[in-house]
Amino acid sequence: MDGKRQECRDHQSLPSPTPGGSKRRRVLLGALYNLHSLASKVEQLKSLGRELAMGSHHHGHSKEFLDLIKSIGEARSKAEEDRIVLREIETLKRRINDAEIPNRKMKEYIIRLLYVEMLGHDASFGYIHAVKMTHHHSLLLKRTGYLAVTLFLTDSHDLIILIVNTIQKDLASDNYLVVCAALNAVCRLINDETIPAILPRVVDLIGHAKDAVRKKAVMALHRFYQKSPSSVSHLLSNFRKRLSDNDPGVMGASLCPLFDLVSDDADSYKDLVVSFVSILKQVAERRLPKAYDYHQMPAPFIQIKLLKILALLGSGDKQASGHMYTVLGEIIRRGDSVSNIGNAVLYECICCVASIYPNPKLLEAAADVIAKFLKSDSHNLKYMGIDALGRLIKLSPHVAEQHQLAVIDCLEDPDDSLKRKTFELLYKMTKSSNVEVIVDRMIDYMISISDDHYKTYIASRCVELAEQFAPSNHWFIQVAHNLMRLIAEGFGENDDAADSQLRSSAVESYLQIIGELKLPSVFLQVICWVLGEYGTADGKHSASYISGKLCDIAEAYSNDENVKHLLRVSLFEKYHIFLLARRPGGSSHQLSRGGDLGGVESQSKRGAWAVTVKVRVRFPAGVIAEGEIVGAEAYAVSALMKIYAFEVAARRKVDILPECQYLIEELLASHSTDLQQRAYELQTLIGLDAQTVETTMPQDASCEDIEVDKDLSFLNGYVQQSLEKGAQPYIPEDVRSGMRNMNNFRSQDHQESLQHGLRFEAYEIPKPPMQPKVTPVSFASSSDIVPVPEALSSREIHHISSVGSTSEAGSSELKLRLDGVQKKWGRPTHSSPASSATVSASYSTSEKPTNGATKVDGATAVNSRVRDIYESRKAQVEISPEKQKLAASLFGGSTKPEKRSSTSHKVPKSNASTSVPNEVAMEKTIHQPPPPDLLDLGEPDVTTAPPPVDPFQQLEGLLDPSFNSATDHNVGAATNSPDIMAFYAEATASGGNSIPVIGDNINLLSELSNAAVKAKSGKTIVTPSKGLNAQDSLQKDALVRQMGVNPSSQNPILFRDLLG
Amino acid sequence: MNKVLGGFGRGVGRGIIRMGIRFVLMVNKQGQTRLAQYYEYLTLDERRALEGEIVRKCLARNEQQCSFVEHRNYKIVYRRYASLFFLVGVDNDENELAILEFIHLLVETMDRHFGNVCELDIMFHLEKAHFMLEEMVMNGCIVETSKSNILTPIQLMDKTS
Repeated sequence: MDGKRQECRDHQSLPSPTPGGSKRRRVLLGALYNLHSLASKVEQLKSLGRELAMGSHHHGHSKEFLDLIKSIGEARSKAEEDRIVLREIETLKRRINDAEIPNRKMKEYIIRLLYVEMLGHDASFGYIHAVKMTHHHSLLLKRTGYLAVTLFLTDSHDLIILIVNTIQKDLASDNYLVVCAALNAVCRLINDETIPAILPRVVDLIGHAKDAVRKKAVMALHRFYQKSPSSVSHLLSNFRKRLSDNDPGVMGASLCPLFDLVSDDADSYKDLVVSFVSILKQVAERRLPKAYDYHQMPAPFIQIKLLKILALLGSGDKQASGHMYTVLGEIIRRGDSVSNIGNAVLYECICCVASIYPNPKLLEAAADVIAKFLKSDSHNLKYMGIDALGRLIKLSPHVAEQHQLAVIDCLEDPDDSLKRKTFELLYKMTKSSNVEVIVDRMIDYMISISDDHYKTYIASRCVELAEQFAPSNHWFIQVAHNLMRLIAEGFGENDDAADSQLRSSAVESYLQIIGELKLPSVFLQVICWVLGEYGTADGKHSASYISGKLCDIAEAYSNDENVKHLLRVSLFEKYHIFLLARRPGGSSHQLSRGGDLGGVESQSKRGAWAVTVKVRVRFPAGVIAEGEIVGAEAYAVSALMKIYAFEVAARRKVDILPECQYLIEELLASHSTDLQQRAYELQTLIGLDAQTVETTMPQDASCEDIEVDKDLSFLNGYVQQSLEKGAQPYIPEDVRSGMRNMNNFRSQDHQESLQHGLRFEAYEIPKPPMQPKVTPVSFASSSDIVPVPEALSSREIHHISSVGSTSEAGSSELKLRLDGVQKKWGRPTHSSPASSATVSASYSTSEKPTNGATKVDGATAVNSRVRDIYESRKAQVEISPEKQKLAASLFGGSTKPEKRSSTSHKVPKSNASTSVPNEVAMEKTIHQPPPPDLLDLGEPDVTTAPPPVDPFQQLEGLLDPSFNSATDHNVGAATNSPDIMAFYAEATASGGNSIPVIGDNINLLSELSNAAVKAKSGKTIVTPSKGLNAQDSLQKDALVRQMGVNPSSQNPILFRDLLG
Repeated sequence: MNKVLGGFGRGVGRGIIRMGIRFVLMVNKQGQTRLAQYYEYLTLDERRALEGEIVRKCLARNEQQCSFVEHRNYKIVYRRYASLFFLVGVDNDENELAILEFIHLLVETMDRHFGNVCELDIMFHLEKAHFMLEEMVMNGCIVETSKSNILTPIQLMDKTS
């Protein structure tokens, strides 16, 4: 297939001005006229071109280098790549220290070092050679040296000191390219301490004759400002001056520092508003050289930067904003909504409009653009649309209503980026009427993803919203509950690091809290549990510290039986943890996961004390305690137990604090049997050996199911042994006593009536009142609250308590529960190309208010309503009722769909102009109109009125004449190029090195002539280095052969044109 | 509470330097890095980890999905050309579409210099690809977008050496 491609390149060399090229052209033209012999001629031509190319070793790469690149390019796996690089490191280490390495060779070594680092290996052994290379007098070597140094070193590296001197010298060079190379390095390598050594020279260069130097000097100064603002505080006026530089490149560069300056202190730059506006206007009117055009858009990157600056300057400043309205309106009006870059500029306009003092007309125009974005099929545009909507929504809340269904589509889209952006939007438009739906959605999503960073982020958002808008305490608790589940159950699979982080942050925050005030006992229970279970898990706190804290709690709340209990539990747990675990959780990223927990706390503080946190605490000896039924003291003991157990299990010496000892002793004599038992358990446990402790109190196992081996099968061996030794086999009791109705024993109802004699078995633990089985339908009707915690946890508890009773029901429920859990916490499934319906189903558990029943019946009734709501949907897409419901709850507050349809009727633009909210009108300071002479621009071009002589127009004349034509050509080439590319694609797709068949030839021919025509018209001036020319292609060809890579072999992909 | 939230802002722990572009990566379909330029310092291990994570993330996405991915504190704007992915890590405030077009401008510029630029060109001329990037981006800001301005120094260098 690539054989064909070679031909293409040869053909392409037709218009080449080189002598060899014209010769070949004749050959080729001959071929063109003789269709029949074309194939053979092409072959001939190919070999000719190859020979020609082989002769020229333009690239100067050594065989070794080519081989290296070849092998890296063909590496099939990371492991293979690593092997290659390691071998390369060995070679380089051996050779790079040789005495006499020719310059060219040294440059190659340095580039090979770049590869070593790029592919993830340490190349520090060669850094010094890169530094040395910067001293070289040859520009290419020097620049390569600088490049390598900037890639290898940070500005605090020891070697930098060896470079500063070189930089200083180079900044004074006569060769402006050397100066530029040095300035590049300045931006990367100069730190606070070395700034003074370089600064004077850089300042001098700001007035350099060459625009390239001025530009880079501005950026160097910018860097100094970033690194150490005080070092250049007296030089800031330079940036203002460069704003009116004759060269648009320098002007564009000066916008970068100005953007930073304005961000830091907008007030000091209000006088520049007029200048910025005027520049933006000129740019938009195409006054800049064509070279800055990008896809027919005049200097879009400069426009965008200007818009960003204006957004900052106009924020909260009515007067400054007033200057901008016209130009903004103009840019939006002329906006090109077809190309990406056009939309990028439009988007930036919206951002600006949303940021400055509101103008009704502009807001309306912005809303129109957003509508276009959202209606687009492109996800990119939708994404930008959602983002823009989020910006505009504070100013004109009604805008969102027009797009409710589009928004919901984005929310349900399997594309994660889009979904997150939409959450961002929802976050911004949350109010008390829709907070429940939004938070529920967020939590569902949070559960479904595995990205810790985002999980934390969205959790904190949830908490924030819940705090701010909670309609009821009850709901608030629900949310907290949901979030809290994440603590114990973890975030899903395979992210231990995240879990342990979450846990340690929980510990941190609770440790802070327990010092504070009198805490409600329920909350204390939670705290004790968390401290016990995870207090020492991250190794930050010693067991004795945590247990000390717990004892403090026990003392402070000694009246509160609950607390004491809990404390014991958690002290216990603490030691347990400490010992055992030390999971490999020294996690690298320090992202705090405190957000969710913080929320839990604050929510609890809010008075959400009613939360019955049903915490399962695992006890040794299979005793299961339910948090809700034991007192806090019990918790404390259990926590203590865990902690000590962990210590023991980790084979560490357990130092029991005196106060703990005291507590335990006290409890041993407690009146509460429960407390007593716990205390005894604790005592016993501490005495056990590590192995046993480890098994009885495994760390972080609170959520694991305890399997109760009812048959005691683990004793089988022992029994067998005993039997063999002649022990009496066990005869079941019912057999012994002849009681046949043992089965009835299990059902309490019957039991009572049937048994009249004494009973020897313990009474069964009373079952908690059966919760009605929660079905999806029942909740779909209420539509807002996700009652996950209640339903699930109560079932959970039920299960646990019933394990002891060995009832059949218990085991069947065990199964049930597992199902629920798996669904709830399983991985998200949206990677599959499933429809949105299945997707939403996949992360909605059975409790979730979606699809299901409503979908079936609602469809007919609702369709008619929808039609009005969302006319923009051309094809009357069927809108599912649940989507509507969602829309209603998100946008219409509590309004019923009927009502909503009427509101959405009145939505459109009429009120867009009227309802600019007053809150936004906060003007910081009314700024004085800039005095005409205040511009401080040195040069008199940019003034309030459009300058009589346009600086850029003048500029255009100054530019070298070939410039324009060259760029013209470029535009042509760019637009034409798809043809060629397409041709390549076709050609490459259609076969290997074989002689082309006739059919292909015809194709080829037409393309050829196309190319020829194009060449004639476009390429009158061809600069030697310009792409698409013959020599390049040939060189590339030659290179390829030289290195022996056969395009059709291993990795043809390496050869594919990027733009093809 | 708010303090905790504050931690989630962008650029956590990385100093306060404002920069639009935090890194530019070129990675092929197999996940092999072809060019990497970071505008803030990351250790070798951090780079390795980051590249692995984001490449995996981006490779998993399909054509219809949008070209923007959030990752930690970065937003990744990516674009695929033949076998090569161009990934640009930006601050959250950056105009994603503009960055997307910046990538294209970079490719166009390389195409103009190399002629039908392909992965192999970048591999053979790694330093040149870097030089172009050096002209276009400084301190994480886009400073030059005129192709001729970008390429002039490189052409002059070719001539003199």
